[in-house]
Amino acid sequence: MRLERRLWRALGLALLVAVAFLWATPFLWTLVASFRPEGAGSVNMASLAPDTPQTLDNFRNALESGAFGLYYVNTIIVVLGLLAVQCVTVSLAGYAFARLRFPGRDALFYVFLLQLMLVPPALIVPNLRTVVDLGLYDTLPGVMAPYFASAFGTFLMRQTFLALPRDFEEAAAIDGAPWWAIVWYVLLPMAQPGLVAFAIVSVTAHWNEFLWPLMVINDPAKHTLTIGLAAFTRGAEGGKEWGVLAAGTLLVMAPLAVVFVAFQRRFVDSFVFSGVKG
Amino acid sequence: MSLAGTTFEGIESGAAAEARPRRRRRLRGRLFPYALLAPSLLFLGLFTYLPVVRVVVESLYDRPHGTGAVAATFVGLGNYSKVLADPAFRQAALNNLVYALGTLIPTLVLALAFALAVQRSNRLSAVLRTVFFFPSLVPLVAAASLFFFIFLPGVGLLDYYLAKIGINGPNWLGDSDVALWSVIGLTVWKNAGYYMLFYIAGLQNIPRDTIEAALIDGANAWQRLRYVILPALLPTTSFVVVIALINLLTSVDHVIVLTHGGPSNATNLLLYYIFQSAHENFEIGKAAAATLLSVVVLLAISLASMRIMGRGSHHEA
Repeated sequence: MRLERRLWRALGLALLVAVAFLWATPFLWTLVASFRPEGAGSVNMASLAPDTPQTLDNFRNALESGAFGLYYVNTIIVVLGLLAVQCVTVSLAGYAFARLRFPGRDALFYVFLLQLMLVPPALIVPNLRTVVDLGLYDTLPGVMAPYFASAFGTFLMRQTFLALPRDFEEAAAIDGAPWWAIVWYVLLPMAQPGLVAFAIVSVTAHWNEFLWPLMVINDPAKHTLTIGLAAFTRGAEGGKEWGVLAAGTLLVMAPLAVVFVAFQRRFVDSFVFSGVKG
Repeated sequence: MSLAGTTFEGIESGAAAEARPRRRRRLRGRLFPYALLAPSLLFLGLFTYLPVVRVVVESLYDRPHGTGAVAATFVGLGNYSKVLADPAFRQAALNNLVYALGTLIPTLVLALAFALAVQRSNRLSAVLRTVFFFPSLVPLVAAASLFFFIFLPGVGLLDYYLAKIGINGPNWLGDSDVALWSVIGLTVWKNAGYYMLFYIAGLQNIPRDTIEAALIDGANAWQRLRYVILPALLPTTSFVVVIALINLLTSVDHVIVLTHGGPSNATNLLLYYIFQSAHENFEIGKAAAATLLSVVVLLAISLASMRIMGRGSHHEA
């Protein structure tokens, strides 16, 4: 009986590891293929066995033909610029919902809620017209604008502020500190875990975003990484340069992957906390 | 007169001067919460509410490409009947239904299976959790680029290894009977690990006593899953279903990179249809009508879920 159970357990574990291997295969291939010399022939391009000697040629080709350096800069501008604005909007709104009483508070809460249902990607067509009307077409702020307000971030900051004790702010208020000083010097430092959780979700979502920037940006000099990669994929397809394609894809994925490995727990907690990307 | 008046006024204005700032301060205090909400409300108005109004209006007009609003003619529900009669739209709606259900069910099953398998905190579980979660961290475009090679006929990863065990794979993206299922396969791979996180969190919220009680009662593994764990995970499941459905209706990056909706519309999805109508065919009225239809679907999903989740959920969206 006990032997049988142990056997089942071993079998289950073997199956689990096999599935995990299958799950990791696309990434394993990317790693192996991106360091594969071009001469290896396209017949064995799919092989998962690493080659000797390895080469950095694919990365060199990808960087030369893909202008990835520029795409990195544009993506970083979008992601960080957006995050900066969002931190202000969600902190202020979260503070109002958590600490102030005012007529219409519940109704306004529902006004925010709608954004969780009608996520911006569903509204690309009318939003593009709005961006054009605002004169933001073909600009990086145009890519960011629909996300400046974040219902998810507001709710997350509200939850975070609600969980904080009021003693500190009351002490600061008695000392005559203005509201912004209380938020900036007292509340936000304590709310840091909430902000970090929001930052992780926001940065990941917008680093990875594709369809909206594709619609807003026309000028190749303003392309983000994902638009660059999509164009690059078409090019690699034509030239059958699979090693270069793997290298380019790795370049796009690498920064988030590195940050993830470094802050794994934080990432996982943030995503569980979030539910909705935004 | 003027002197007396001045004095009199002076006295009064002295009192008023004290009262006015107080009143102003009170007014400012009353407006203060709204001022804090104003930046968010401004952008919500511009990019969540205005677009809905816009699509309602635009869907009622026919506006040829390249002309201003002046040239628009009112067509009533004409755009809706045009969209609903469009075989491409019908195909996209049907595809989206198949895609949503075909992705949702295996994704949920795998997410739960992964969660059950890696919930314990040991080294192996931690590594496996990372492996399963990792695909949800990469851009959908990057996943599509990788699967472009994986699905490549003949020399691609899938065909290469299938050939080693003697299987001749179909043309994964070129065969109109297979292509949508290839896209579904990619999406399951991409999303299962993300929803696994919610199931892990959900499993941790089940009181240990409940499971131990079932153990003492002699319930086997299947019975524990069926009668204890699954019912306890119901709030998690309904939450995951909603965010998964919204995701399946609003991301088409992989379709754009891999198939362009082809072959012969086999992988066309609603949002891709909208994107195509607006961005490639410049049929604003049609795109607006299709957008509004998908907005209605999105709202219906969310409202239905709020009903269900209103009966007690531990997740705050």
